[in-house]
Amino acid sequence: MSDLPGIYNYLIVVFLMMAGFYVVISQGNLVKKLVGLGLFQTSVFILYISMGNVIGGAAPIVAEGVTVYSSPLPHVLILTAIVVGVATTAVGLSLAVRIHEAYGTVEEDDITAQDRADDETVGTSSTKDAAANATSTEDAR
Amino acid sequence: MTLFEHLPVLVVIIPLLAAPLCVLLDRPVLAWLAALLASWATFAATIGLVAQTASGETISYYLGGWAPPWGIEYRIDTLAAYVLLIVSGIAAVVMLAARTSVAKEIPADRAARFYAALMLAMAGLMGIVATGDAFNVFVFLEISSLSTYALISMGRDRRALYAAFQYLVMGTIGATFILIGIGFLYMMTGTLNMADLAARLPAVSNAATISAAFAFLTVGIGLKLALFPLHLWLPNAYAYAPSMVSVFLAATATKVAVYLMLRFVFTVFGHEFSLEQMALHYVLLPLAVVAILSASLVAVFQQDLKRMLAYSSVAQIGYILLGLALMSPEGVTAALLHVFNHALMKGALFMALAAVMWRVGSVQLTDLAGLGRYMPWTLGAFVIGALSLIGVPLTAGFVSKWYLVTAAIDAGWWWLIPVIAVGSLLAVIYVWRVVEVVWFRPPNPALVDQREAPLSLLGPTWALALANLYFGIHADLTTGTAETAVASLLGGLR
Repeated sequence: MSDLPGIYNYLIVVFLMMAGFYVVISQGNLVKKLVGLGLFQTSVFILYISMGNVIGGAAPIVAEGVTVYSSPLPHVLILTAIVVGVATTAVGLSLAVRIHEAYGTVEEDDITAQDRADDETVGTSSTKDAAANATSTEDAR
Repeated sequence: MTLFEHLPVLVVIIPLLAAPLCVLLDRPVLAWLAALLASWATFAATIGLVAQTASGETISYYLGGWAPPWGIEYRIDTLAAYVLLIVSGIAAVVMLAARTSVAKEIPADRAARFYAALMLAMAGLMGIVATGDAFNVFVFLEISSLSTYALISMGRDRRALYAAFQYLVMGTIGATFILIGIGFLYMMTGTLNMADLAARLPAVSNAATISAAFAFLTVGIGLKLALFPLHLWLPNAYAYAPSMVSVFLAATATKVAVYLMLRFVFTVFGHEFSLEQMALHYVLLPLAVVAILSASLVAVFQQDLKRMLAYSSVAQIGYILLGLALMSPEGVTAALLHVFNHALMKGALFMALAAVMWRVGSVQLTDLAGLGRYMPWTLGAFVIGALSLIGVPLTAGFVSKWYLVTAAIDAGWWWLIPVIAVGSLLAVIYVWRVVEVVWFRPPNPALVDQREAPLSLLGPTWALALANLYFGIHADLTTGTAETAVASLLGGLR
């Protein structure tokens, strides 16, 4: 076997990471951004799992006749990181849902355009708006 | 006493347990009470830690009784205790005011969950500081970040949602960079304990992997602390978050990131590697200078006062990094002092704005004309906080700027003095705009019959404003602690 299997994982990691990062930057759609973010995080999971591998090592389960084991610690660490990644995606998606409720769109350009339109029309009457909001929260209670 | 031995972990566990309790109690008042008690208990526990570490001792606590480097170690030295005190102190003051402000800004059915998220954010920030394990840092960082995204999104304006989303994307990229950096360190040394890392890194410090780890960690932490070009998430997040969240985040979140930077640069990598081999200060110095000048300039043109203070925060972080970049014990002392004093001044300023928001429902400058006649106490506290921000003598802000200027002269970088002076002058300008509008303009007709803010908001505001004066006059208290912390952080640099 050549060195290729050794570097192969890291090449995949770099590719996935850059692909994810590019999607986050280039896409205007918030959901697509989250997909890119997920890809970006996943690449790091593979990085950790790859570094735990010991050449010729078996799975870290005690068995007769096996002396070389892969390191289980990175796997455990990355389990935590996967949970964090899932939580991040969940929070991100729920924010996207709320943004869709509030703006009617999840496209970045439309959101900024609406915000800019708000700035122009609302202007000084923001006091009234905020006051109205305040009373409506009180009513709700 | 056994409970006393467990203080290092209690400061994390109390708020962490308070969070689910808030959700279970479900009633705004009960949840607030639970959060209030938890934050003051944590504050009391932190004072115990500060007392134990005051003269430079280090407390090492083995989580679950597992000795490091196998188990997770909580390590509290003077620096950590000092930052823990900032976080828990601000949280305790915020909780005093939270009930009044949250009742107005957060719908009642979400209030309990709001307190739960606030407690989680606090637990995360305390954990980052308390832990001595690199991977644990990442976990706590994500606990605090995820709850922060949720907190910001509870702002009344719909833009809060988009601000939270932007922060989520940038924060996650930052946290993932930190994760990569920690992974590289583990790859080369086979350990995650910070003290152990520090012992093993010099042997492999020539490897490219370590340099890459350092770069990833610096950029990742830079995103979290709003280092100049990476600060884009901060203004919107602070401006649209609920008032109490703005107070808490502005005073603590970036400070904890600064702590993390200090911890990795000086404890884990060591200053020889960070500053001599990687020349970190040549990266930080120009960025800090640009941050001070450009963010202050942008702050001058803001109409939204919370946004103005947010840009001012970016500039103040510039001062902190400037102290760090001076690469001398005096410089790092100045940075630490500014961490503490900036928490006090931004706490007071954002708290005063929370009171204005509660009464007027807006913090747009144009809406506040003549408000000084109706809310003299609130805006009086605002002016004290603003004087401290400028760095007027007898306020806390003066002490840290004085140390910064002295450190710059000692380092022979005299050209930094005009930079600091121009930054302060710009602060005078953006503060004066507010003073001019609220005190000297004829009152906005919409404000007739406005009264002073209730005592529950006014009290914490003044407590923070008076703390600015107290620590400006009795400066030896903070400077002494900061010098002890720096001595233990970089003994070798002298």
